[in-house]
Parts: sequence; C-alpha cells; structure tokens
Amino acid sequence: MSLVPTPSQTVGPFYGYALPFPGGAEVAPVGHPDLITVHGYVYDGAGQPVPDALLETWQPAPDGSRGGAPGSMRRDPVTGRIVGRDGVTFTGFGRIATDADGHYAVRTLPPGGVPYLCVLVFARGLLHHLYTRAYLRAEEDALLSAVPAERRGTLLAVEERPGTYRFDIRLQGPGETVFLDFG
Amino acid sequence: MTHVAAPLPDGLSQEQMDAEVAKVQAGTDGAVHPPRGFPPYRSSTLRHPRQPLIPVRDPEAVELSGPAFGLTDVTALDRDLTRQHAGEPLGERITVTGRVTDRQGRPIRRQLVELWQANASGRYAHQLDQHPAPLDPNFTGFGRCLTDDEGRYSFTTIKPGAYPWRNHVNAWRPAHLHFSLFGTAFTQRLVTQMYFPGDPLFAHDPVLQSVTDPAARARLVAAYDHGLSVPEWSLGYRWDIVLDGPSATLFEEDR
Repeated sequence: MSLVPTPSQTVGPFYGYALPFPGGAEVAPVGHPDLITVHGYVYDGAGQPVPDALLETWQPAPDGSRGGAPGSMRRDPVTGRIVGRDGVTFTGFGRIATDADGHYAVRTLPPGGVPYLCVLVFARGLLHHLYTRAYLRAEEDALLSAVPAERRGTLLAVEERPGTYRFDIRLQGPGETVFLDFG
Repeated sequence: MTHVAAPLPDGLSQEQMDAEVAKVQAGTDGAVHPPRGFPPYRSSTLRHPRQPLIPVRDPEAVELSGPAFGLTDVTALDRDLTRQHAGEPLGERITVTGRVTDRQGRPIRRQLVELWQANASGRYAHQLDQHPAPLDPNFTGFGRCLTDDEGRYSFTTIKPGAYPWRNHVNAWRPAHLHFSLFGTAFTQRLVTQMYFPGDPLFAHDPVLQSVTDPAARARLVAAYDHGLSVPEWSLGYRWDIVLDGPSATLFEEDR
C-alpha cells in the first residue's frame, strides 16, 4: 500500500504562543560537564535576519543511541504548565524560536557516533520546512562527500571557543545553506 | 539553478492575485507539497532556497530516527481547547478527529500532535496579531494530544474565524487549524493546516492554492461527519493525515 502524503503548509507568523516551550533550547541535562552551545542567525535572501523562524534539532545521545526519550515538554499535573525536562534524561530533541534579531542558541551534548546535529527549519514564508545539518567536525561522511566543495562550508559549524559553535542558516542567496531531501 | 521569479509588487487586487495563482498553477505538475518559492505568497520570495536540495539516501542517517514523546508531555485536558479557562469560549464547538499514518498506511502510534488556531472571531492570542477583532479571554487556541495505538488523534475546540492578512488588497485567510505532527522518523515531520469544507475563500487564498494540484489541495480539507457530531454539544469533522518521508523501518523492509 502506498498512500499519498498530506501536503505541507507554512507554520505562519503566529505559532509563538503554541509551539515554543520553556526549556526547548536546553537539551543537555543540568550542569553536565560536556555541554556544548550551538548558536547562530537565520538570514533571508536579502541578508536580513529572520525573527520568525522556528528551529528543531534532533540527535543521538552521547552513547550513540537514537531512540530519544519522552519528557522534552514535561508537565506539572497540578497547573498543567510545562515544567520542562527533568534535568537528568537526554531526550535528544530541541525546539528554539529565533529572537527579534534572528538569533537562536541551543545547549546540548555532543552527538554520539556522528559529527552532526539534525536541524529542521520552519518559518513564516516557508511553505515546506527545510532540513539541514550542523556539522561540529569536518568529518567526511555520505553527505559531506556528496556536497560540492564550494558549498560544504555552509554545513560546518565554526568552533568559536571550546564548546561554543556558530552555525548560521542562509535561506537564500550568497552562501545559501545546503538543504536536504530524504525522499 | 532553478528559475527565479520576480517578486510581485505591493497592492495587487484579489483579481490580479487570482490570475497570478492561476499562472503558476498552470505551469506545475501534480506535486504533493507546495513549491517553496510561490510568488503569490509574497513572504516566500526571500525565504526559499534557489539551489536544489541535496538528496540523502543514507540508511545510517540520524534523520531516519526521531524524537519520542510520552504521557509526561501531555495532560488529559490538553486535547480540549474549550476547557483551558474559567469560562466557555465563544464560537461553534467542534470535535476534530482522524488517523495519522505513514505512506505505507501504518498507524503512527503514541506520537505528539499539536494544534493551534485563531479564535471564533479570527484573532490569534499573539500580540503581533492586531486584527481588530475581539480576543476571547476564555480561549487561547493551543492543544496537544498523543495518538493512540491505531494512530488516532482527537481534539475538542471551536471553529476559528476567517481573518484578513496583508498579502494583497482585501486578502482573507479561510478558517483553518494549524497542525504539527511527528512520525517515527525526523524525516516524517509535518506542519500543515486543516481547512473546513465548502469555504468560499478557498479560491482566493494563495496559501492553500500554493498546493498546486487540486487533488492534493483536497487532502487539506476535513470532511463534515454527522456521525461524529454529538447531540446538543458539538459538530464533528474527520481529517486523516499521511506523513511523507522514509523511516528506519522502511529501509529495513527494502533490504
């Protein structure tokens, strides 16, 4: 059986009270010594920052396991509010809205077994989300070796100082980020 | 390089916009998803890549797995958007239900479904929404649920209103619910919008019309289902969702 997929539609401008959640960017357990920060800006085709993009990140745990874990948006049963992660479990999932400057930052742990974080981009104006990867090391793999050399740099996060990586996303134009199609 | 269309100017009339939509649709095949560059949706102009996407067919790709959610991530009340405040929201109470499956028709079990929407007057609980329609103190317009073992989701809410936006002169969005869905793989992620049957604004909405194939557009429209309506309580709609994208299990079956 092969069913026809439901079409995508834009996330629109008004998801802000619904999708972002407290602690969405805090993927690493509290106080973990291996914490890394990945941050950057999302730009449009005119080089302007995009203040209404929503990014999601997904990655293996440091031990390489890919099953994730529930609890990214853990709830308080008394008030119904989101109390966030439990500070111990690594769920592997992050969700971060860009701020008014088009900036985002996610604090997580190094992915096990692969050199990259999976990044998903939603935005007002984007009718169908986009996948990319933030490579923390320039380690050749199936994707990096398939990307033309002159565009490979758009997938490489720059280590600004130990544990802090800069990864900008350009939706269009010069230096346009490499986006992916999984078929 | 893909073809780069010139951006559309400000101040187009609805008739001009409808003609632009028809022009683009005439030149497209039966694609499932909207093209990311769709000039009639003017916000798309600077926000879509012009380089082709790079295909990834790696069975070891991390994207073939995906995040997990569970009972701790939702409360039982989250699926009822009419019970999040002290009083009842204004509007026509509805229930919306359906099944979430993958392309092979297998149910997406115990995964997160998120819904957000405008209130009955067509206004969002977002401070940047300045449409001069009343906010409803008894309605926020956001809900969550987990699918069951058959892939079913269900929400109780109110029917949202249509609202104006500034894409062109006299632009109005048909009433719609925003949905966010997770599959078993990150590749199956979907954000989309559900519409209500028979809305006269369909033909004039560049966001819905960005899905250029009529049969694909029809899959964004729920069916009114009288059997789902609850006597003296709510009107029922059915909307099934099929997630695109491969998953690790698909790759395994292919071997």
